[in-house]
Amino acid sequence: MQQIIPLIPVLPLLGFLINGLVGKKMGKSIVGALGTGTIASSFLFTVWLFIALLGDPEPIECVLFTWLNVGNLHVEIGFLVDRLSVWMMLVITGVGTLIHIYSIGYMHEDEGFHKFFAYLNLFVFSMLLLVMGNNFLLLFFGWEGVGLCSYLLIGFWYTKRDYADAARKAFIMNRVGDLGLLLGIFMISQHYGSIAYADVFSKAGLADAATIGLITLLLFVGAMGKSAQIPLYTWLPDAMAGPTPVSALIHAATMVTAGIYLVVRASALYDLAPETLSVIAWVGLATSLFAALIGLGQNDIKKVLAYSTVSQLGLMFVAAGVGAYGSAMFHLTTHAFFKALLFLGAGSVIHAMNGGQDLRHMGGLRKSLRTTHWTFLFGTFAIIGIFPFAGFFSKDELLAKIFEHNPLMWALTLFSAALTVVYMIRMYTLTFWGEFRGTKEQAVHLHESPLVMTLPLMILAVLSLISGLLNLPAFTHLQWFSGYLAPLLGEAAHIMTVSTELVLMGIAFTVAVGLGFWAWKHYQNPKQVPVEEEALKGFAKLAGHKFYVDESYDAIFVRPVERLSRLLHKLIDTKVIDGIVNGLASLVGQLGLGLRQFQTGKIGTYLFLMVAGLVLILLFNVIW
Amino acid sequence: MTTLPLLILGLPLVVSVAVFLTKAKLARLLALLGAGLTLVLTVTLWLTFNAGSTVQVLSLPWVPAAGIGFSFALDGPGVLMLLLTNLLIPFILPVACSQNADKESNLLGLILAMQFALNGVFMAWDGFLFYIFWELALIPIYFIAAIWGGENRQRITLKFFIYTFSGSLLMLLSILTVYFFTQGTDGKHSFDWVALMAANVPPHLAPWVLLGFFAAFAVKIPIFPFHTWQPDTYTVAPTVGTMLLAGIMLKMGLFGVYRWMMPIAAEGLPLYRDLFLYLAVIGVLYGAVIAIQQDDLKRLVAYSSLSHVGLIAAGLFVGNEFGVQGALVQMLNHGINVVGMFYVVHWIERRTGTRSLEALGGLAANAPQFAVLFMIILLGSIAVPLTNGFVGEFLLLNGLFQYNGWLATAAGLSIIFGAVYMLRVYQKVMYGNLKAATANVEEAGRLDLMLLSLIAALVLVLGVFPQPLFNLTADAVGKWLALVGG
Repeated sequence: MQQIIPLIPVLPLLGFLINGLVGKKMGKSIVGALGTGTIASSFLFTVWLFIALLGDPEPIECVLFTWLNVGNLHVEIGFLVDRLSVWMMLVITGVGTLIHIYSIGYMHEDEGFHKFFAYLNLFVFSMLLLVMGNNFLLLFFGWEGVGLCSYLLIGFWYTKRDYADAARKAFIMNRVGDLGLLLGIFMISQHYGSIAYADVFSKAGLADAATIGLITLLLFVGAMGKSAQIPLYTWLPDAMAGPTPVSALIHAATMVTAGIYLVVRASALYDLAPETLSVIAWVGLATSLFAALIGLGQNDIKKVLAYSTVSQLGLMFVAAGVGAYGSAMFHLTTHAFFKALLFLGAGSVIHAMNGGQDLRHMGGLRKSLRTTHWTFLFGTFAIIGIFPFAGFFSKDELLAKIFEHNPLMWALTLFSAALTVVYMIRMYTLTFWGEFRGTKEQAVHLHESPLVMTLPLMILAVLSLISGLLNLPAFTHLQWFSGYLAPLLGEAAHIMTVSTELVLMGIAFTVAVGLGFWAWKHYQNPKQVPVEEEALKGFAKLAGHKFYVDESYDAIFVRPVERLSRLLHKLIDTKVIDGIVNGLASLVGQLGLGLRQFQTGKIGTYLFLMVAGLVLILLFNVIW
Repeated sequence: MTTLPLLILGLPLVVSVAVFLTKAKLARLLALLGAGLTLVLTVTLWLTFNAGSTVQVLSLPWVPAAGIGFSFALDGPGVLMLLLTNLLIPFILPVACSQNADKESNLLGLILAMQFALNGVFMAWDGFLFYIFWELALIPIYFIAAIWGGENRQRITLKFFIYTFSGSLLMLLSILTVYFFTQGTDGKHSFDWVALMAANVPPHLAPWVLLGFFAAFAVKIPIFPFHTWQPDTYTVAPTVGTMLLAGIMLKMGLFGVYRWMMPIAAEGLPLYRDLFLYLAVIGVLYGAVIAIQQDDLKRLVAYSSLSHVGLIAAGLFVGNEFGVQGALVQMLNHGINVVGMFYVVHWIERRTGTRSLEALGGLAANAPQFAVLFMIILLGSIAVPLTNGFVGEFLLLNGLFQYNGWLATAAGLSIIFGAVYMLRVYQKVMYGNLKAATANVEEAGRLDLMLLSLIAALVLVLGVFPQPLFNLTADAVGKWLALVGG
């Protein structure tokens, strides 16, 4: 059993190497088959491990070699497969396989086809490293690795300057978070004398509360970057510059959930840091609300989905912040399905629109894109929480846990969920209902995508429908997923009465259906089609401009650093420091005026004098 | 055991003389063969070296009356430095050949003379001998920069020469001061490293001894604010010169801190450790911030190098196991990465005739293989995990963190700034649309691709399997820590 563990990340790595090195010479069908085949094989191996762990929840470890051994720091390249990591592996390789299949169709015309599959495989490798590592540093390897792949894939069409800018922004902003994570790892190594999960978690309580608080906070800074939370979220919407399968895989289903995984993985530490947990909950909530508000004012189909992702990640952090790690994982899973579905559906729309992404030019697409439409509808129902779609169950569980913790927080989360209903139905309606608003050429071009693209949509649509069954509401006592994670996270206590739970569920459901219906009617009205940017006013203008956060960051961080850079170079370095050096030198020159006869100005003479001086010293010493 | 180091020391000198005497193709052939053989010998030495030992390579009386010995010795870190030197020279020589320089054989001969001097610096076990090799290394690089350099080369190299030479003189004073407090077996003074270590320098002089050493090393490394010779010199020197300076020569300063300054002047250290550390960390940020807005590629890499070596110096000054181990290994890795970066810059300049970022763009489309290799080298330089650059920076920052969390956080900002300026470079040079200067550039030639591939392979292999290097230095660092008490 242990022997197959390394195969799971190594297969995608091989796919990366082969496609990267010789992919250009191979045909596109071989490249696509190889890229997809490696991930699918990893998925099958993961299923095998998963089944084994269903029987015996004891974690399986596999150490390959010692990466570094300096002082008390012992870092292994070693894997830990337990019920948490194998679950993440299932999501990564499972959704990954579907997205690879989809990409065969989506990227078919692209010159960089082999490069795309190489990068995608490299990403899956890094992501697997991230979740499979048995220590914090290996997690960090994967963490930066996925950031690198994200950079390469966002900037995939690098001749466009905006795209390359977006890629750079994503990498740099992630590095801000990474520094926090790295400092957290240093602190762990300092206080626990090890960075291996097994050592740290078993001794979690040995450090004092302030230390644990700081460690968990630093780790969370890393999570903020990777999972796009306030204040480090602005890279994610820009990351939509990448090809749409990338947005689905990296910027919705897997990479951006790494922060959630980190918090859940380190729950032994977070349980001892209640202050950090409440920071996480409130940051998550604020992000969730703020991103949802911005989502209301976006007109690019992918941007709406991006803000929606930021918002949903916020919800997961709220759940983690109230200690409901299992609920966060549950929502992570259903979100992976329905958000991947929505992105791929959007990709299908963009494909049909000949690259167009603007909601203002869409409309009425349900007629020509039948499969895309109904699968997209499934995704929309899932995310807004319509019974019996998956999102209904995962969001309901999350809301119940938050209510137990703090009713005010519950109300605000519910408000965020309500906003989700509005912006999602707005997008759905503007895309698929009403009259087509695009150009004539686009109208002629409209067509459903090929099966290689619609098949993954259908599978994900089914998953978005049924994956709620994983964990039914608490009163049913049919909570398979909670039981599955119990060996790691412990059994959650049910303190809520059945009637309270039903009431909460009823409220959430009513909001979803009521608001959803209203929004569907509302946005079919042609007057509600958003106007051009210049004509925006009030809230719509604020939301449309993303509350000017990017502009503020520019003014507060980017431009001052650039100014500082020029100032240091032109003034401090050239004038002040070098000025002093030159001044001292010329002072010496002035003093030496009387001795200028000896100054020939020829280096040869100086060298001669130097050597002569050395010889004199030697001679002197010999005689003496 | 001692023949191998002697061969490594002697061979470059012999080949250097031979190359001076020959011309054209034969000179090239001799130089490359000599450097290749030296590398083979060095790798053999590494593989057979008993890391726990300090091997006395040679110990001949030279000027017995003055206690000067012709003595060389090697321990793990010393072998690491030989590896650095003799690994990089074979990459630097082809660059020299690609320049089509006037009097090429002289240039090659000077590079090999430099190699000889550098190996001598890293092996010297006698304070006086160390000083001689230290100054000897300055001479070839001076001529390389002053003869084959760019605009303003006379003025700038003269400044470089005087600046480093002034620092070195202060170091000589320090060595002499310690020397006068040594007690040889026969009642005479001695320059031997062991004797210098055992010298009883009066407490009031100890800080001055430290500062004298510091003057030489701070200029050479360079440490802020003693660095202003560096960007100009790196920019004006021909690429081979810049590679020698940034890749190997500045490690003389860092190695000097490790081998001579901190152990011998350990008494003065408590007083100045924090000052040195703060200067080093200021340099880390200062260089990184300035690099963000540079337009000249060479100058940009020069400032980024200032940032990187500041961190190495900080690791040494902290003087704990993480810091020192990280510093030693990072000396090798920084050498590889910076030579790789300058190779890339050199290729771009050769092909496009410019080093200005504003004039470049779109090369990735025309030179896809070059683009990949450039990216890998860049990743090493910005310390992405599983590249060689990460290993050192991780340990250095960790070492700094154990000493002072705030300092580590400040220095850690450089991993963000590093991404800022390096990705800016990559975007400006490789991405976007082709410009006038880049429109006709084709894929790199076979030799360039091969050498860049080798560098990229080193970046990756040393990032995935760094432990052998630590095995080489671990025991020696253990002893060092006991001596310096960090």
